[in-house]
Amino acid sequence: MNIKYCDALVIGGGLAGLRSAVAAAQKGLSTTVLSLVPVKRSHSAAAQGGMQASLGNAKMSEGDNEDVHFADTVKGSDWGCDQEVARMFVTTAPKAIRELASWGVPWTRIKKGNHEAVINTKRTTIFEDDNKHGLINSRDFGGTKKWRTCYTADATGHTMLFAVANESLKLNVNIEDRKEAIALIHHDNKCYGAIVRDLITGEIAAYVAKGTLIATGGYGRIYEITTNAVICEGIGTAIALETGVAKLGNMEAVQFHPTPLFPSGILLTEGCRGDGGVLRDKDGHRFMPDYEPEKKDLASRDVVSRRMMEHMRKGKGVESPYGTHLWLDISILGREHIERNLRDVQEICEYFAGIDPADEGRKGWAPVHPMQHYSMGGIRTKPTGESQTLAGLFSAGEAACWDMHGFNRLGGNSVSETVVAGMIVGNYFADYCIENQIDIKTEVIEKFIFEKEAYMKELVSKDTGEDVFRIKNRMKKIMQEHVGIFRDGDGLASAVKELEELYIKSQNVAVKNKQLTANPELEEAYRVPMMLKVALCVAKGALDRTESRGAHTREDYPKRDDENWLKRTLTSWKEGDTMPIVEYEDLDIMKMEIAPGFRGYGAKGNLIENPLSAVRQKEIDELTEELELKGADRYEIQDKLMPFPLQPEYKRKNVRLGDK
Amino acid sequence: MARELTIKVLRYDPQSNETVRAYFEEYKIQEADSMTIYLALTQIRETMDAGLSFDFVCRAGICGSCAMMINGRPQLACRTLTKDLPNEIILLPLPTFKLIKDLSVNTGVWMDAMSKRVESWIHTSKETDIAQIEAPIEPEVADAVFELDRCIECGCCVAGCGTKLIKEDFVGAVGLNRVARFECDPHDERTADDYYELVGDDNGIFGCMTLLGCEDTCPKHLPLQNKIAYMRRKLATVQGS
Ligand SMILES: Cc1cc2nc3c(=O)[nH]c(=O)nc-3n(C[C@H](O)[C@H](O)[C@H](O)COP(=O)(O)OP(=O)(O)OC[C@H]3O[C@@H](n4cnc5c(N)ncnc54)[C@H](O)[C@@H]3O)c2cc1C
Ligand code: SF4
Ligand code: SF4
Ligand code: FES
Repeated sequence: MNIKYCDALVIGGGLAGLRSAVAAAQKGLSTTVLSLVPVKRSHSAAAQGGMQASLGNAKMSEGDNEDVHFADTVKGSDWGCDQEVARMFVTTAPKAIRELASWGVPWTRIKKGNHEAVINTKRTTIFEDDNKHGLINSRDFGGTKKWRTCYTADATGHTMLFAVANESLKLNVNIEDRKEAIALIHHDNKCYGAIVRDLITGEIAAYVAKGTLIATGGYGRIYEITTNAVICEGIGTAIALETGVAKLGNMEAVQFHPTPLFPSGILLTEGCRGDGGVLRDKDGHRFMPDYEPEKKDLASRDVVSRRMMEHMRKGKGVESPYGTHLWLDISILGREHIERNLRDVQEICEYFAGIDPADEGRKGWAPVHPMQHYSMGGIRTKPTGESQTLAGLFSAGEAACWDMHGFNRLGGNSVSETVVAGMIVGNYFADYCIENQIDIKTEVIEKFIFEKEAYMKELVSKDTGEDVFRIKNRMKKIMQEHVGIFRDGDGLASAVKELEELYIKSQNVAVKNKQLTANPELEEAYRVPMMLKVALCVAKGALDRTESRGAHTREDYPKRDDENWLKRTLTSWKEGDTMPIVEYEDLDIMKMEIAPGFRGYGAKGNLIENPLSAVRQKEIDELTEELELKGADRYEIQDKLMPFPLQPEYKRKNVRLGDK
Repeated sequence: MARELTIKVLRYDPQSNETVRAYFEEYKIQEADSMTIYLALTQIRETMDAGLSFDFVCRAGICGSCAMMINGRPQLACRTLTKDLPNEIILLPLPTFKLIKDLSVNTGVWMDAMSKRVESWIHTSKETDIAQIEAPIEPEVADAVFELDRCIECGCCVAGCGTKLIKEDFVGAVGLNRVARFECDPHDERTADDYYELVGDDNGIFGCMTLLGCEDTCPKHLPLQNKIAYMRRKLATVQGS
């Protein structure tokens, strides 16, 4: 039996996991990172468009600061987020990007003088002052007031991930890839590490640690068509759920991206529209301004995705053998711009659709369709990143519901969250590991190991039973059809019912290949039941939430209902059950810095107001006026409206050009 | 008419206790429109042979997981279209890396060791205050660093390298490119002497025979030839001094 000890155990080697590991290693802790694949291949590598941070350097970013970023994030979340966490986030994001620059991320820099950009399909000249030359540039993204998304061409995730991974190597973080956490070791509501399966040898080992952090990314692969990598199956989320103690937050909040390539599901970054690309229908008509006159193609993702679906329902989609789609036109940006700033997009179009998007006119248009893209939900945590209910378990990145995204996250806010959470949560996590000891009996650890060893043997021993691939593909279909962009009570109810049946079936799978070592079918056999639990949390949460908020759209309840639903959904799972337990956590309007209101895009008046919103708004207005009269600055006003916790080194003011 | 493809895959399981020799397994599948090797292999695994091992992550040509020998050339399988290949497709694992099983090889361990060997991180004596405005970098210089930072550690260059086949400890074009990348990054204070310490030997820059297998196979079209020549000139002067 193999038991390995370390101070800090990080499950997941994407941006969030690695940056958290750096935080732990910087404090001198022995730190282990586990990953399904070599960490530099994690899904974070696929982020193209960029990372939001309010540097305010470029001409089009002038005037940007934490407050503007905060307002965009809160509105973007459709008031579903935790505003304290959003504040922690926007305050640290500029520091995160500057840290990454010092670690070598070759951020695209500003060039002084005139340069051309396409804004609202018109070629426009933008002038950059001399003093900005060489500072980090940023581009436009959906749902943001300023151009705030910093980038390295369209390979932002890749350059960030390599920098953070290399930094971890430098600090001697123990990185072990092809190691899968399949259960958490816990006792008396405290977490002590994980049971880990070696994906090569099949060995089951216990990794015991003072603290454990899950950063396993999203669960997009429970859907049939998704932009997510094939490893984004939500197993990290599932092992937290399976403790029966930790809870998941807002699992029904699933984001659909407007412009993945159709039908392959490979993403064409929002940067395409950010840089001036537009959506067109079968007649070549640019339709977004008809629906969203103000934000047009750059309304937030949930809005654009829904408008596209609406437009296709009106018969304006392009018919193809694979189904209906729309077009994304970036040819108007010009070949030079594409070959420089959207090169991966160009390559993807060439390889996967056989077109060159720089070709003018219809020839260069790319077929696109909204698809599953991001998991706002995840392991519910406090602002420190620790589970409220399972001590010693932390979570960061897409796997977590730290909750700065609420019901819709803005493009560019996610890779930003991964590194920012890696800094903040990583620090709290490291402190926890310093302050706590491993006080668990070996017997308890052994019991976990034996259980999993027996389970694997049982799986390969069965000769007749269900085919795991069929169950998995059926689950994906159900999620796609009934728990997608538009949802309604009937569809959700039938989805929940069938998913439950599938879950029961999944416990009787027969594996044809009998090896306990590297065996992809065995992996499916133990993962699919876990994925079904995650899927049930999503579907049940969506069924019970009778309103529309952010990415969660109920056709039978089209309004955002602040009166009844300013709540976070919590799901947990009792061992032996076939359905999650659903509870709610209220959001406190009276503590919000921005009281619930209209988002500025989407249909107006589509809102059932909570009477407390007006009360809080009045309070905010009065307090702001009073403080302004006293000559208070924006930091002081903010602090009075909504104080928030944050490590002092991250709370420091961010210096920008033009500051005194 | 859709073609019938014959996909021949080299099967071998070093993890298995039974000493079975490597053999070719043949699968016949109907070609679909815009079918990639990723789609073909996934279909094979789901419907014909659940035990077949291969690696894909992003399936979009971005993460570098899926390099394998496709009809004799190292390529990214996820973005290789079957329509560009003959009816018979032969798939082998990447050579020179440790075989896990079938088409799956252990590139991660090799690449991490390479990164550590060339100390693939910024070396600086400066403390950065992250609350302050970042140091300006010439836009062209940032772009040049980015051009070399685009390597996805797929291993194609290593698999296509004659030197690597002879010298097990050869750092490969991927490692030499990494050195060139930090050499042109203004954040990094290392000098030519420092780089000489890391790769100034026959397992490093002087081992390369400039046969260019690397550049020909690099799916990211990195300018490996130029950069290796540049670093060699640079480090040769160090040796002379
Ligand atoms: C195509 C695409 C483009 C995107 N572009 C952008 C963008 O431009 N800007 C932006 O802000 N966001 C973008 N996003 C979102 C963003 O990339 C992700 O949300 C973010 O990278 C997630 O990072 P992470 O560290 O949380 O997880 P990941 O990067 O997904 O890493 C998860 C890690 O966990 C490991 N793991 C998983 N399960 C286990 C297990 N059971 N045991 C051990 N290890 C495990 C994996 O091996 C991996 O190392 C994009 C997403 C997609 C799909
Ligand atoms: S030039 Fe030839 S010998 Fe040198 S690294 Fe490339 S393939 Fe190997
Ligand atoms: S240099 Fe090119 S071929 Fe070599 S690992 Fe990097 S991307 Fe792959
Ligand atoms: S699967 Fe990522 S490059 Fe092929």
